[in-house]
Amino acid sequence: MRARTAACRFSHSLGDAIVARQTPLFRLHQELGARMVDFGGWDMPVQYSSQIGEHHAVRRAAGVFDVSHMGVLDLRGQRVRAFLQQLLANDVGKLKVPGKALYSCMLNEQGGVLDDLIVYYLDEYWFRMVVNAGTRAKDLAWIREHARSFAVEVTERTDLAMLAIQGPEARAKAAQLMGPAESSAALALGTFVGYGLGRWFVARTGYTGEDGFEIMMPAVDAVPAWRGLNALGVASCGLGARDTLRLEAGMNLYGNDMDERTHPFESGLGWTVALAPPERNFLGRAALEPIAREGSARKLVGLVLEERGVLRAHQKVLTGAAGGGEITSGTFSPTLERSIALARVPASTGSRVQVEIRGKLLGARVVRPPFVRAGKSLLPPAKDTP
Amino acid sequence: MSKVPPDLRYTKSHEWIRTLTDGTVEIGITDHAQHELGDLVFVEVPEAGRTVKADEPCAVVESVKAASDVYAPIAGEITAGNPKLAAEPEVVNADPYGEGWLMRLKPAAGALAAAGLLSPAEYQQVLDAEGG
Repeated sequence: MRARTAACRFSHSLGDAIVARQTPLFRLHQELGARMVDFGGWDMPVQYSSQIGEHHAVRRAAGVFDVSHMGVLDLRGQRVRAFLQQLLANDVGKLKVPGKALYSCMLNEQGGVLDDLIVYYLDEYWFRMVVNAGTRAKDLAWIREHARSFAVEVTERTDLAMLAIQGPEARAKAAQLMGPAESSAALALGTFVGYGLGRWFVARTGYTGEDGFEIMMPAVDAVPAWRGLNALGVASCGLGARDTLRLEAGMNLYGNDMDERTHPFESGLGWTVALAPPERNFLGRAALEPIAREGSARKLVGLVLEERGVLRAHQKVLTGAAGGGEITSGTFSPTLERSIALARVPASTGSRVQVEIRGKLLGARVVRPPFVRAGKSLLPPAKDTP
Repeated sequence: MSKVPPDLRYTKSHEWIRTLTDGTVEIGITDHAQHELGDLVFVEVPEAGRTVKADEPCAVVESVKAASDVYAPIAGEITAGNPKLAAEPEVVNADPYGEGWLMRLKPAAGALAAAGLLSPAEYQQVLDAEGG
């Protein structure tokens, strides 16, 4: 038996990290029997017992993920809002209430995606950004270079750990770790809002398509918090389950579904590009305007395999149009019990395609992601199943 | 610690081979292999009647994470693919040396002796060297 395809995001080191970095939870992951892999230069748990079991725990109850490898950046200065309005493709001008978060791409001058991130408006002189692990060094250099003329100070919060607690029971369980005042404030948080509550920054965000929190905390709090969640019945979950959950939820993975060579309109992220107001001259705008006007030549779609098999990144998609397309992320969906994928295809692609798997052509249906939301299938019923 | 039953023979690439009373052999992947792959979600086995050469890819096992080829450890003719695995690939995880067999094969003349199969002790050394 020899590996034919390994999920490249788990087996290749991104960047030039020589020694993988470890989060404050590294020893606990080992103690819990996790299988560790390199992810973006970090030694991270891919699974504890069963990847599918962890996936179902999040869809049906609650699971906890170590996401301390992600970069937390604090940006402070009198002109921080103006700076972010130039740096990001989405408009932080939309953020009016302190605590509110915004999902955005950060683009290069060619309109290529340098990273996707979440930015929180904390007060008029303080915003917080959460960026991907594999891009954090590159992001930091880019952000600091552009921050200079705005006199914005950028601090990497390496003192913090971050836990994502996700699932229908996640908020109630996580609130039990907090004091009475913090707990009621946390449970009152609106979606996509984060507040500093005592020692912790609690946000109602996630990457699974379920309700839940992402909590940033002093590194020393991470192990007791994780053990406390386990004691409440919250399952330890690895990056394997995180990947199948996010793909079911139709959420992009940086480096797979978009990168510096692709722009937001061909990555299913056009909705995050704020072209109004026209005078906001963000980085990448000049390159995107003609694409927005004339339409993108390619689009990112969801695929559902109609036959047995597993869709994987880089498989060829035959659409009838010249050139065809390619799968950017694919997996077996534990919730739907069939294979799903995101694929970049010509804009003219219709409702059916074929995917080449080991020399065979298998039929797939084109759908609009997400595939699953809050534990329920969002797939339209098959009209003409062959 | 992966199980290595004493009554089987093995390959370096983590297949096991059981000699049946009628002279055919049963082939599967080892406990170590299923553990490394994780939850299996798709298995494709060869059809009866197909002739395979030694080291020819003849089955595919896919977990949530990755796809792997299974190679014929011995030249011969396939007599059966395990029909159960199309609907229940997870049987390979649960019972890799029993219900989770992949295929049965009638070895070509002399092929069994020529295959260079490993004893359980030799396969254990392969696992030890891999840190498994």
